[in-house]
Amino acid sequence: MADAPQKKTFFKRRKTCPFSGENGQNIDWKDIRTLGRYVSERGKIAPSRITAVSQKKQRELAQAIKRARFMALMPYVRTEMEPAPYRGGRDRAASSE
Amino acid sequence: MPIYETVFITRQDLGAAQVEQITKDYSKIITDMGGKILKTEQWGLRTFAYRINKARKGHYTLLETECPAPALHEVERLMRNSEEVVRFMSIKLEEATKGPSPILSKHTEEEAA
Repeated sequence: MADAPQKKTFFKRRKTCPFSGENGQNIDWKDIRTLGRYVSERGKIAPSRITAVSQKKQRELAQAIKRARFMALMPYVRTEMEPAPYRGGRDRAASSE
Repeated sequence: MPIYETVFITRQDLGAAQVEQITKDYSKIITDMGGKILKTEQWGLRTFAYRINKARKGHYTLLETECPAPALHEVERLMRNSEEVVRFMSIKLEEATKGPSPILSKHTEEEAA
């Protein structure tokens, strides 16, 4: 009884694609809340081997993220200063000190 | 007729009324050239994820239309020439969308953040 759950911790659960299937989510480039989950902190698109998105949906997802980027809804790159409401604050603070 | 969705960004310093007027102008061109407006959405003033032409914010507007391609081409041409429109993108849709676009539902949260 005690062995069974312990063994299970070593068993990697195979995730299914969140966009495929009947109750799969729709991919929409305007839905940045959802898209945000598939980019890294830097803003790079996460590989499907990590997110378990199917190949077909990964292509759609990549297209959606690129559209969102073009319309400035998502960043192309996010640096360590982000998300800053305005830029230049860091340099100015450093020079005034 | 194909269904298109067009999102365009207008300059930050325009008032809401001016943005409405621009939207109306484009809508009129579409309807005059035999198209239909399926949906219009004002997303309001949003902060860009990066700077565009030194601007950090802009008014977002979505137009969902069912129109012949030349009508959309004309609107795109006008947007390209317009000083007020910072950026635009048109996408052909498989079918008309239902309900408001997902960006609106969490717009208030975005503003607070």
